[in-house]
Amino acid sequence: MYVIIVGGGQVGYSLARLLMSEKHEVLIVEKDQQRYNKLSEEWGEQVILGDGTELDTLMDMGVNRADVLVAVTGTDQDNLIICQMAKILYLIPKTIARVNDPKNEEIFQSLGVDATVSATRIIGSLIEEKIDAGMFIPLLALRGGEVEIFQTQLSSDSPLVNKKISKLSLPQDCIIIAALRESKVIIPKGDTILREKDTIITLVGKEGKKTLKKLFL
Amino acid sequence: MKVVILGCSRVGALVASQLVSKGDEVSVIDQDPGSFKRLDKEFTGKTISGIGIDEEALIKAGIEQADAFIAVTNDDNTNLMAVQLVREKYKISRILLRVYGSKRAQTFKELGLNIICPTIDSAKKIEEFLSDKA
Repeated sequence: MYVIIVGGGQVGYSLARLLMSEKHEVLIVEKDQQRYNKLSEEWGEQVILGDGTELDTLMDMGVNRADVLVAVTGTDQDNLIICQMAKILYLIPKTIARVNDPKNEEIFQSLGVDATVSATRIIGSLIEEKIDAGMFIPLLALRGGEVEIFQTQLSSDSPLVNKKISKLSLPQDCIIIAALRESKVIIPKGDTILREKDTIITLVGKEGKKTLKKLFL
Repeated sequence: MKVVILGCSRVGALVASQLVSKGDEVSVIDQDPGSFKRLDKEFTGKTISGIGIDEEALIKAGIEQADAFIAVTNDDNTNLMAVQLVREKYKISRILLRVYGSKRAQTFKELGLNIICPTIDSAKKIEEFLSDKA
């Protein structure tokens, strides 16, 4: 995949390293000269000095060929506008924004940003353990989102509880990889019985995703 | 008319002062309280120090009852985000913002935002001026 990262701070830097190690093509856009100098020492032409909202100069580099643009600057309004411009003007199919103030996640999504990540919110929910039963938490997307791994906690009225896994009618492209119960990790077999409050990890394809919520909750 | 102005920039302060003297009800939001010095000495409207992309500041300024919202901070992206937030969440028909970046202005005009772009406007004026002379 070809990924453009706007913002070469700590988050952008680490993300770029991760993606490169997985053999993705990466282009980093950084507007601060000093930061740019540092990054380009390490990565050369994969780093560009410029404003993420005005990607015109990068058109020759095939910005519009990018599969994903990730905006991870420290300023929410910049991340939003960068993603919107990427979608409208450069026709980049998928945009992801870092959201510093978790209150902004909802508005970002209603304004067309495909995915938002808020470290503040994630840390907050971990501390408060506010992750509700029935909430689907995407852990990982593979093959451009064709297959995803989700985590969810089963509520008492979920149709999945107190039945053998072999008796569940799961979609073709869906498999339960693990169930976390208290401090134990259960690798489920056909005769495993899921219980209320189990946290289950599911691998699911595009088709299965549509019906997943209905099935689980 | 009730007007909320985001950004006590030179243009923000001027518009706010003029509207108040005309009898309109005006609130001005700016993250730098020092910027309120730009307002008229007789300014009787509300001043709120806060960030315009933060709904709390907008609500304090009375966005829920406002007839118009004007975003004129010196930061394009703040204006663009604030205006879209207000447009999504409140039923205000008169919304106007300033955007310096010409590319950004053109792109978001296509999304139906009312934008003043001083860069495009000035360039046009200069071009007209020069072609008149020729």
